Order: sequence, then C-alpha cells, then structure tokens
Amino acid sequence: MEDKTRQAVTASKKEGEGDCDHSRRTFLKLFSAGGAMALVSPEAARAAKAVVASPKAEPMGVLVDTTLCIGCRQCEGACNDVNKLPPPKRSFDDDSVLNEHRDTSPREWSVVNRYKLKNGVQITRKQQCMNCVEPACSSACIIRALEKQPDGAVTWREDLCLGCRYCMVACPYDMPKFEYSKAVPRIRKCQFCFARQEKGQLPGCVEACPVEALKFGPRSGLIEEARKRIQGNPKGYIDHIYGEHEAGGASWLYLANAPFDELGLPKLAAQDYPELTAGAAGTVPAVLLIWPALLAGFHYFTDRKDDGQKEHGRHDDSHGGNR
Amino acid sequence: MKKLLRLLLGDPKELFTPFNLISGVIVLVGLVLIGIRLVKGLGAVTNLTQTSPWGLWIGFDVMSGVALAAGGYTIAATTHLFGLKQYEPLVRPAILTGFLGYVFVVLGLILDLGRPWRMPFIMIFPRGVTSVLFEVGICVAAYLTVQLLEFVPAFWEWLQWDGLRRFWGKLTVWLSILGVVLSTLHQSSLGSLFLIAPTKLFPLWYSPYLPLFFFISSIVAGLSMVIVESSLSHRLFAYRLSPSTHFDLDALTLGLAKAAATVLYVYFFLKLIGLAELGRWDLLNTTYGYVFLVEMLGFVALPCALYTIGVRTRNVKLVRFTGGWTVLGIIFNRLNVSIIAFNWQLSPHYHPSWMEITVSLTLVTMGVWLFRWLVNRLPVLAHEKPATGTNTLKDFLAEGA
Repeated sequence: MEDKTRQAVTASKKEGEGDCDHSRRTFLKLFSAGGAMALVSPEAARAAKAVVASPKAEPMGVLVDTTLCIGCRQCEGACNDVNKLPPPKRSFDDDSVLNEHRDTSPREWSVVNRYKLKNGVQITRKQQCMNCVEPACSSACIIRALEKQPDGAVTWREDLCLGCRYCMVACPYDMPKFEYSKAVPRIRKCQFCFARQEKGQLPGCVEACPVEALKFGPRSGLIEEARKRIQGNPKGYIDHIYGEHEAGGASWLYLANAPFDELGLPKLAAQDYPELTAGAAGTVPAVLLIWPALLAGFHYFTDRKDDGQKEHGRHDDSHGGNR
Repeated sequence: MKKLLRLLLGDPKELFTPFNLISGVIVLVGLVLIGIRLVKGLGAVTNLTQTSPWGLWIGFDVMSGVALAAGGYTIAATTHLFGLKQYEPLVRPAILTGFLGYVFVVLGLILDLGRPWRMPFIMIFPRGVTSVLFEVGICVAAYLTVQLLEFVPAFWEWLQWDGLRRFWGKLTVWLSILGVVLSTLHQSSLGSLFLIAPTKLFPLWYSPYLPLFFFISSIVAGLSMVIVESSLSHRLFAYRLSPSTHFDLDALTLGLAKAAATVLYVYFFLKLIGLAELGRWDLLNTTYGYVFLVEMLGFVALPCALYTIGVRTRNVKLVRFTGGWTVLGIIFNRLNVSIIAFNWQLSPHYHPSWMEITVSLTLVTMGVWLFRWLVNRLPVLAHEKPATGTNTLKDFLAEGA
C-alpha cells in the first residue's frame, strides 16, 4: 500500500498531465487494488503470460525474472520480426554471440547478454529501452518527438525529430540509438510494441519467451507479483525490484538473485529525471520579469544628458582607469 | 563590374598572403569533409558513438563558441546600460565578434544535427517546452536576431542613411536589455543541459549550480574576449582607425581587466562553495580530480592573480596575456563539462577525429575571414573616415574614380 502511495505521488508530479487524468488514474488504481481487477480485456486474458490487461489509462509493464531466463534469444528474434528490423548479422539460434557483450543498436532493440557473477554463476539478462515512468529522454527532447503514452510506452515520432541527440545524453540507460551512417538519420529504440498493444496484442518479445521469464501486465500488478515472488522465495531473489524506483521508475522491471550492478544495470537514484532540470527552467519567468526592469532602471539612473553614443572617440576622463 | 569585384575581394595584390594560403587550405579540406558528412552521415567523419552522442562540434563549436561570443552583451550592457560610455569604441567590434560567433555556432549546429533542415520546427511546433535545449534554441535564435539588429547601424552608416541611423540609435538601450536577458537565459541553460545526466558527468563538475557557473563564467569569457579581440584588431587593423580617433585602449583594457578579475574571483568562490557542498574532497585525488585542479588553479585562480597584478602595476601586456589565458580556461571548462569529464566511466572514451577538428577549424577560420572582410569595408573600428581605405559606399565609389 505504501508503494501505491508513492506511485500516486509520482503520478501527481507528472508534468503536462491534467488533474482530471490523474484522478481517473488514481480511481482506476483504487478500483483495481487488491487484485479484484474486473476490467479484463479478452485478448490479453487469453495470453496466460499476462497478469491482466486493463483499459488504456492503466500503464502497463513487463516483469523480467532473470532467474528464469535461459538465454535462448527468442525475444531478440521476435523483436527483430515484429519491428521489421534488418536481418541479424548472426542467426538468432547462434548462442556463441553470448560470449561477447553487446549493446542495443539501431538495428537491435532488444539484446540478451550473459553476465558472470562474482560467485562464478552465469546469468543471462535481456536489455531494451526501459520505457521509464518519467522519461528523461522525453522531457529533454527539443520537440517532444519522444512521447510517453498512457499505456506506458515511450514512442518516437519520425515526423518531428531534429536529430539533436539530447535524448541520448539524458537517458541514464543510453537506450536511444542514432543512425550515424545515414544522411537522414533516425532515433531507434524499443517502443514497448506500442502499435501491438493498441491492437490488444502482447509485445513481441513477451509472446516469444518460452519460459515465462517475461510477464506483461499493469505495472502496479507486476510490482505486487514481484514482491510475492521475493517473499515466496527469499533465498532465490535479492530484495530489490529494479525499475520500481530507479530514475523515477520504469515500465520494465527486473528480478534477480544477484546485485543488479553485476548484471550490468546502473545504480540510479529514486529521482524523477525531468525534475533535475525543472528548477533551472523555473527561473525563466524570474529572469524575464526582473532583468528588464532592473536594467532599464540602471540605464536611466546612469544616463546623463551628455550622451556620448553618437560621438565616436569621445573620451570621458571622469571615469578613471586612465593613465 | 571591376568595382564590384574590388568590393567583394579587396585589393587583388593582397589576396595571396601566407595567412590566406594556409587558412584557405584548411577551409578547402573542411568543405570537402562537410560534404562527406552531409552525404554519408555523421559517422563518416566523427568519432561519435551510441554512448557519446555529443562531441567536439557541441563541446567546442557550440558550448565554447557561445561563451566566447559573450563579449557583445557584456560590453553593450557596460556602455549602454551601466553608463560607462568610455567603452563605446569597443562596442561595435565586440558585437560583430559576438554576432559572427553565434553565426558559426548555428553553422556548427547545422552540421551536428541529424536533420538540420528541421531547425525551424522548434518555432513552428513549440512542443518541447520542458526541454532545456528548447530554451537554448529559442534564445540563440532570438539573440542572433538581436545582435544583427545591434550591428546594422554600421550598414546604415556605410550607406549614409542618416535618418534610419538616428532612429536605430533610439533602439540601442532596448536591444542591449534584450541581449542581457536572452544571454542570461541561454548562457546558463547551456550548463543546465547537463543537470539531467547526474550519473554521466564526473561529480566534481556536476552541480545544481551549473547554470550559475555557466552564466557567471560567460561574463568573464566575454570581458576577456573583448580584451583579446580589441588588442588584436587595433594592432592588425590599425590602418582602419580614423586619424582623429583618440581613445586610450590601454586604459580601457585595464578597466576591463578590473571587471574581469572581480567576476572571476566571484566565480572561483562560487565553485568553491559548490565543491564544499558536494563534500567529496577525496575525489580531488583522482585522475579527474587533477584535471579539475588544473582547471580551478591554473585557469581560474591564476588568471585572478594575474589580472590583479596586471591592473595594480598597470601592466597592459600582462593583462592581454591573461585575457588569452582566461579564454583558453573557459574553453577548457566547457570541454571538461561536455566532453572530458562527461561519460567518464566509459572506456574507451570519446576523442575527436582529425576530421572533426578540421571542420571546427574551418568554421573558426571562416569566422575570422568574415570579420576581416566586414572590418575592411564598414565603419566597425572607427565611425569617421579611416586612415586607409573607405568607410562608406560613397567614398568607395569615389575612390580612384
């Protein structure tokens, strides 16, 4: 419950979102609290992997249980397929790619890496855009080509982007990727299969996962689910849901039985990233109001009748600094 | 026809100087590289990566360029708003330097943006209101316009449109105020840009005061640039001064140094407060800590002392050297924040390619060319007829006729 309050606080802080929308979301949250969740959409209910799907206003998420992941890379293949990305350099069946560390790229939005822990155990983990609750990229975007959708996805609009790459600077996970080799480049990243979600379909990767290491559902429900898994098996998990609070929270949540920095996830403060620059932006009205008045005042205070502006070369000895 | 060519190119005998030849080669190579960048994308000429999206063209061309172009607003405010009218002879060249600085900032941005032809979109679809970069973009565009309006009186004088020139004189104060307002906003916002990346910028540089640091240091950068620029142009373009000009540049230089030293002291102590608030003195004993110490002691504390000594002993030479040193220090600071201490955990770290450096040099060179071209034709350094050449269209047409 405490958790819900925190989420509500986060939601209320969200910029550019009407009070009306916010209260509706809170209402929905309360309505669905306790797992009653009456609002079940038929498509998602058919998919056993989803906890439950609810109307658009409820932000969705994916719970990645790295203790279940077998590193088969089928999620990568599905991502490539549903997003019509260029064919891979090496087949998705080729497990040898796990021997090297790979980052996501303009042509690979989802990547599985193998991490060797300090205790020698090897864990595979999928990485993709976290689709943050309060996305730094979107707040940084000069033209808001990156948009946070009500269902949780952070999408990119090709018709607006200028290619300034400030989103890449802002993202704490370095997830927006840029097409450096194109004359008309795009920003590429996982967009949480927004179009598929609109149609009531599961994200490609979730649908493809053969071991249910990926679970799709309302984010709040997934957090409860994750908590239950930790409580049910305290030795099997560390007591931390990565993505619950990191950088203000993310749609994608991770469970693991090892510290997350050993799994290549950065240590981030529980801080809404858009707030980091909100203070600086808040000084704009003050500057606009105070400076002109003050400066005009200075001018009239110091202005003397012998206006030297038009007489070039005129030298006023009374001001000192003279040999 | 011959006249027009002469107006455009100047004296043909003076075209093939060593400076022109060397800078011409740089620009030629740079233009080829710019062509490659436009056709093949940023990856073909830059060392930018998916984790280092901003390189030299942002760190130097934009970050340092904007700071060093701050001379326009500082000197305009000194003269027109704070009533220190003896600095008036320095205003026009400072505004021209600032204006050309911003022109090349925008040119640098055009090369760095993935889709530069969409730049006007930020005005047509002003959607990114939460973005610091949006504020920077709008302010830079507005200030570019203001600086153009501040400089056009030189054209009116060249055309001898006295009525228009007189009318423009009435705008001076308001343009100066606008200049200060817009500069305050975007100079500080360039620092705010990095507030959103607390995990990427080395803690010694990351501070909630970044916008304040950037604004205050831009004043120092502006004053120091005016010291450097006025000393250079009065030496290199001495023939463009009017024989009747009789202001004491040394005295003005010392006055500027006094102001620069004061602001630089304030900056130094603000940085100290930021450091104390961070409370991570242990970080000073790291590789990045040493870089920070070089910046703080070598490029802030040292110029403070040198400016002070220079003013006290009336050593104009020392002041001019310190001006140049401070300008380097500001560039070093901007590069530290945007490139060197940014992504400090990353290995290998970004470093610019020779092609990026050449393109940056090309932009600077073209800026110098344009400055020289305008100074040699318009009343920039002197309002009255200069010792050599002409200052007005009428005189130019009459010359040798």
